[in-house]
Amino acid sequence: MKYILRHPLTRSAAWRSQRTSCNPRFINTLHQPGDPKVASRRADAPFRLAIIGSGPSGFYTAYRVQSKLPTARIDMYEALPVPFGLVRFGVAPDHPEVKFCINKFDEVARHPNFTYIGNTPIGSESLPFSSLLPNYNAILLSYGASKDKTLNLPGESILSGIHSARAFVGWYNGLPEHRNLNPDLERSDGKAVVIGQGNVALDVARILLTGVDELRKTDITEYALEALSGSKIKEVEVVGRRGPLQAAFTIKEVRELMTLPSVGFEPVPPSIIPQDTSTLPRAKKRLMDTINKGTKSYPLEKNWKLSFFSSPTAFLSSSSNPGQLSHIRFEKTAPVEGTNGDKVVGTGEHKDVYASLAFRSIGYKSEPISGMIEAGIPFDEKKGVVCNTLGRVARPTPEGDIQVPGMYTTGWVRRGPTGIIASTMMDAFDAGDNIVNDWLSGVEFLGEQGDVRMGWEAVKREHSNIGLKAVHWSDWDKIDKAEKERGKKIGKEREKFGTEEEMMAIV
Amino acid sequence: MPPPRGSSILRNLQSQCSNRLFHAGDSIVTRCPRPIPTRSPVQPGAHNRTFTTRTLRPRLPFQSSIYLRQFSTTSYLSHGHLTHPKPGEELKVTFVTKEGNEFTFEVAEGDNLLDIGQAHDLEMEGACGGSCACSTCHVIVEDQEMYDLLEEPDDDENDMLDLAFGLTETSRLGCQVKMKKDIDGLKVKLPAMTRNLQASDFK
Ligand SMILES: Cc1cc2nc3c(=O)[nH]c(=O)nc-3n(C[C@H](O)[C@H](O)[C@H](O)COP(=O)(O)OP(=O)(O)OC[C@H]3O[C@@H](n4cnc5c(N)ncnc54)[C@H](O)[C@@H]3O)c2cc1C
Ligand SMILES: NC(=O)c1ccc[n+]([C@@H]2O[C@H](COP(=O)([O-])OP(=O)(O)OC[C@H]3O[C@@H](n4cnc5c(N)ncnc54)[C@H](OP(=O)(O)O)[C@@H]3O)[C@@H](O)[C@H]2O)c1
Ligand code: FES
Repeated sequence: MKYILRHPLTRSAAWRSQRTSCNPRFINTLHQPGDPKVASRRADAPFRLAIIGSGPSGFYTAYRVQSKLPTARIDMYEALPVPFGLVRFGVAPDHPEVKFCINKFDEVARHPNFTYIGNTPIGSESLPFSSLLPNYNAILLSYGASKDKTLNLPGESILSGIHSARAFVGWYNGLPEHRNLNPDLERSDGKAVVIGQGNVALDVARILLTGVDELRKTDITEYALEALSGSKIKEVEVVGRRGPLQAAFTIKEVRELMTLPSVGFEPVPPSIIPQDTSTLPRAKKRLMDTINKGTKSYPLEKNWKLSFFSSPTAFLSSSSNPGQLSHIRFEKTAPVEGTNGDKVVGTGEHKDVYASLAFRSIGYKSEPISGMIEAGIPFDEKKGVVCNTLGRVARPTPEGDIQVPGMYTTGWVRRGPTGIIASTMMDAFDAGDNIVNDWLSGVEFLGEQGDVRMGWEAVKREHSNIGLKAVHWSDWDKIDKAEKERGKKIGKEREKFGTEEEMMAIV
Repeated sequence: MPPPRGSSILRNLQSQCSNRLFHAGDSIVTRCPRPIPTRSPVQPGAHNRTFTTRTLRPRLPFQSSIYLRQFSTTSYLSHGHLTHPKPGEELKVTFVTKEGNEFTFEVAEGDNLLDIGQAHDLEMEGACGGSCACSTCHVIVEDQEMYDLLEEPDDDENDMLDLAFGLTETSRLGCQVKMKKDIDGLKVKLPAMTRNLQASDFK
């Protein structure tokens, strides 16, 4: 099969077959350096790149561009005053080593050709997307996933006691949006259910089960610590709709739960989980063995369990307390033959799990930022990603996909909301390579060839009209220092500010 | 005292300046550690020779004083430091980059592969700072027999290896492999740090 891509600038470029994440067909977009129809650019031609989002994908792309094209001027826009995205607001407080990557990001931010512009959400209500277009040669969309998926089940949005994992994680990690979540952890049944079996689900379970004295040593917020110290949660059930071999969590997170002091693991019935693991691929084998091994004793003071083949159908309350979650109805599922367990179907049999607290942990979700579609950037609503070919924004058309000049994407908004920092980094390095290669090979970017783009110097004139104070890296340094000082007083590495007002007061 | 080192960005710029000058099949032998390790500029067409390093700082594309001042203060952010090998006790380790270039270094017992690679500007990330929590320092031991001589990876390392991209039978995490006498002459490959055009991206 052959697909043809027409590029607005050069149709006869040396095509290379790739696949878009929106359109499962092969398309051709890459202009090879040395393409006779494309005059290459000099490495010192002034290049201005806007990066939207300061998570690992944005920073690792900036790092890659800096190291390949040190003269590139990069402006990074971040909605919040503070940088680092999910490294600050997602990664669990008891994983400080994972956050070490911010040292690299700090180096990137101190590059003389880099400007951090925090407290500046791109989108029409604040700074319109369109105001970036005339001022940059290229824009990188690396704004992650700011929403989360919903189950759309009866009771889900009405009953109290149901939280999204994103909100709960944001709450304990100091995300201003969820500062006032205040989950009720003191209900007498002492049971929480987590729906979904990804690593975020296990983060939630671990934070609920870890002793507060352990958490006190981390950078978890003080208000969360206070709420957790009153917690009556003694049992956490993590429920998946498929089988153990299909679970999305990884072994490190399972092992951490298996080694928590005073926490027992209810063994998974042997009929559900493979007992002979010798023929499984390495990672699955080690994961099944770890689950089968479980904890030394069970039950203990607090316990957790994994339930499989259970798909939620409704959140229900009791007649005595109609506004409060009392139980969750699950339909039992069974693997579809011939799919290796990858697909399941409902069996029609239901069971109720009683718990007054539930966390929905079925994944994050990206949305288009306002003004982006109008600017010609295609968004795949179903997958929740910007349509792209390995990071080059590309519009699907019946004739093939057309690269949108000067537009790039990476990270969770490019691939969907999965992947660890290592995979996000590789993705970002790809984006960085593509940006630099395209630039040097002379293909069309935003504006006319030879335009000098003014970047933040021009955007800031518009920015000053919207009444938001831009936060620069020197300001973040102040917030960072203040947070560390607050932490030091209470024996923690850092005590985060939980509201944007507190952050801005320091600036 | 640890030897003074440039920040990793500085080092990356340097490696970037010098990377272009090397081609597949080049082989470099250097003694380590060096103040700011750099490679001597090579004329185009001269890439079949064997090079040794010089300690001269290369001319950076935009070596402003502000730039150097800012970065010279951030060395605390760099990863662990290398130790000077005692004369006669140098151990050799070779890194093969994704382009096929080989770099051999003489190092001291106890240094780990991540620190060695980073101190010599090789394209090797250590996102978690060598604490066995990220898998970005993945290396592949070339020789099965040499792999068998390494101390076995512990559970933590295996857990991270399970997440490594392009895992092989002889994969290890660079931050967890320390040089020892019995693995003198170790040769490891550095996997690509990008996935461009790799089959797995098409799943
Ligand atoms: C709860 C949780 C725990 C995790 N733990 C680990 C872990 O232990 N180890 C690991 O390796 N990985 C972990 N991950 C995965 C890792 O965090 C992600 O792979 C990574 O952060 C994705 O990077 P990103 O840059 O695409 O998105 P993000 O990190 O989400 O960054 C996006 C940034 O864009 C900003 N933004 C959004 N909209 C706008 C706008 N309109 N204008 C300007 N800025 C905007 C956001 O505020 C944010 O700062 C975890 C993820 C989660 C959710
Ligand atoms: N320590 C770490 O390394 C760490 C920590 C946290 C997060 N992360 C990473 O961050 C990424 C996001 O994690 P995540 O947990 O949010 O997502 P995830 O890994 O994609 O897991 C989502 C889970 O939700 C389930 N699910 C989805 N839709 C559902 C529905 N309608 N009904 C019931 N269950 C449903 C999925 O089941 P199905 O498989 O059946 O769809 C899956 O078990 C992952 O790549 C993760 O590895 C890493
Ligand atoms: S540096 Fe992170 S695992 Fe080695």
